[in-house]
Amino acid sequence: MSRAALLVLADGRFPAGGHAHSGGAEAAVKAGRISGAASLEAFCRGRLHTAGLVAAGLAAAAALGIDPVALDRAADARTPSPALRVAARKLGRQLLRAARATWPSAELDALGREFPKGAHQPVVLGLAARAAGLGPVDAAYCAAYESVSGPASATVRLLSLDPFDATRVLARLAPEVDRVADRAVEAAREAVTEGPDALPAGSAPLLEIGAEAHAGWPVRLFAS
Amino acid sequence: MSVRAGAGAGAGAGAGAGAAAGVRSVARIVARDDGRGGTSLPVLESDGPLALRRTRSAGAGARVMLVGAMSGPLGGDHFTVEGRVEEGARLSVGSAAATIALPGQAKGDARYDVRLTVADQGELHWLPEQLISAQGSDLKVATRVELAPTARLVLREEQVLGRVGEEPGRLTSRLTVRVAGQAVLDQELACGPGASGGWDGPAVMAGHRAIGQLVVVRPEFAAEPVTAAVLGEGASLVPLAGPAALVTAVAPDALRLRRLLDEALASLPRA
Amino acid sequence: MHLDHSHHGPTTVSADAHRPDGSRRALRIGLGGPVGSGKTATVAALCRMLRDELSLAVVTNDIYTREDAEFLLREAVLPPERITAVETGACPHTAIRDDISANLEAVEDLEDMAGPLDLVLVESGGDNLTATFSKGLVDAQIFVIDVAGGDDIPRKGGPGVTTADLLVVNKTDLAPYVGSDLARMAADAKAQRAELPVVFQSLRSEAGVADVAAWVRSRLAEWTA
Repeated sequence: MSRAALLVLADGRFPAGGHAHSGGAEAAVKAGRISGAASLEAFCRGRLHTAGLVAAGLAAAAALGIDPVALDRAADARTPSPALRVAARKLGRQLLRAARATWPSAELDALGREFPKGAHQPVVLGLAARAAGLGPVDAAYCAAYESVSGPASATVRLLSLDPFDATRVLARLAPEVDRVADRAVEAAREAVTEGPDALPAGSAPLLEIGAEAHAGWPVRLFAS
Repeated sequence: MSVRAGAGAGAGAGAGAGAAAGVRSVARIVARDDGRGGTSLPVLESDGPLALRRTRSAGAGARVMLVGAMSGPLGGDHFTVEGRVEEGARLSVGSAAATIALPGQAKGDARYDVRLTVADQGELHWLPEQLISAQGSDLKVATRVELAPTARLVLREEQVLGRVGEEPGRLTSRLTVRVAGQAVLDQELACGPGASGGWDGPAVMAGHRAIGQLVVVRPEFAAEPVTAAVLGEGASLVPLAGPAALVTAVAPDALRLRRLLDEALASLPRA
Repeated sequence: MHLDHSHHGPTTVSADAHRPDGSRRALRIGLGGPVGSGKTATVAALCRMLRDELSLAVVTNDIYTREDAEFLLREAVLPPERITAVETGACPHTAIRDDISANLEAVEDLEDMAGPLDLVLVESGGDNLTATFSKGLVDAQIFVIDVAGGDDIPRKGGPGVTTADLLVVNKTDLAPYVGSDLARMAADAKAQRAELPVVFQSLRSEAGVADVAAWVRSRLAEWTA
């Protein structure tokens, strides 16, 4: 396996559509809950330990070879907001396209046939990691990091936040990203024998409610 | 009645084997179609602090109140309530007062498990009062509901973080609802000291002290799901991936939370 | 001509000229250019002129949600199922050049839902002079500038002005009022673009979008040849 493949997959420029999504930051900015670097950090921390942990668990489980159909259902049950389910499937479909072009694999082809309108993005991410020769730890890291890097870069655009402040937020969260990735992988290994119920199910009420409000706006900058 | 010794020794509890044991109690309810258009309760077992009382019912179903005979759960306690609604039966369960999680003498966290099953044509309304997480307490709540394909459910969970003017204890609550073996909702929320970072931040609670969920399962939602709606600042109604709807609400306090959930329930199409 | 159609294994990715069922996909033409230069108006005029002879659809890439798509819907240039808005996270140039995945989903969905199509117009939200379309997304691109934006734009060049398959200088009817020198713009464009074509148009004139439509038809003839 190539360690550098992880950098390719985790690169913010990997063409999988993430740039058009704010991870709930646009709704939180509008509601006044993110107004600067400190509140961005608190937002990202909360997202990391909830949606980020769930995504990391699903990604690690998919990378371990657990049935993606079962994982996709588990993702649905952990994503009550239909706006977020739609966004996750859209991003999953876009990621699948990029991953198939980058690391052709029979598993990715099969996933595309099973989910023509897209599977949940973390499930695709886990299988993309597998196709790239990476393991569950790598997949969990990608998902956990994405859960905070997306909102951070969106907030730079939304608030004209100093990009150095946003990057410092990500660096400060790094030890917690480590812990989330560890927990996710541990749960994913448990899920191999216990089934997807063993995966983390952390929820963030204001992300869910905010996503529904955001989906109803007539004018917005980000898709979610 | 089965008291499952050692059931509280889950990962992360950190309780030593020699720690004072908390109270183990299991209460059970079985609701059965009595064949005359009503519902009987062949099993209604109270246990220690968990006391169950049948009360007068307005409709065809049976009605049960959960009465807190002792305060609790305290640290080290493990309460379990099991409810089974058999085919065609109708059961409504409430509680006489809010449940308060308190710190205890025994080491380790307290656990409160609720396991509910509803068979075909059965209907369960599970509408207890709030759970209040008092300062210094550490409680894990797990509610699991298993529904047959044509079963119906209205379930409300409300958590209040701290009594008035008090810091909350640590509260972790997981809610899982399965219909025909398929999870339609699986969520966990962890709040309070020792919970993962950011729980009180802008993505999760943002300073709100009351959080509630209302799950409604009806077979007809499979063909006609509810329309997603935002109900003011802190609440939304959404169709789940399955024949179910969920209201999620956050509020500054229990009173305003209840008002949001009641309004949301009233806004659903009549069953 | 830079129609670079290659097959990437068994899957359909980006510039592949065929749909999964083996049929030839629609020709995709991108329209980019600065804010207010008349991209959406040109798209609307093209739709009106070509919709009776071709099966066509439009993808918009807006800075804000769906403004351009809403305009096209209001103008009723095409039925609603033939207009799709891609949300770009405030960066249309990213969505048309660096990360084209959402646009590829959009054009493919249009072909699946409204197809078969001859032509898909992909419009970029007004961004800046450097915005160009990825060759993975479109087969040819049109860059739209206008005389009111300054008659030195062709001289300044930039990727859009220099490399677009067609440069459109729009709103020529305004030239006398804004003091733009059309002859100078034509000479500068020629210097920047050598043999690549330039169209001067006013959508208010009788000819309207006819020259651009003729260019589109010729591209389509090459595509289907």
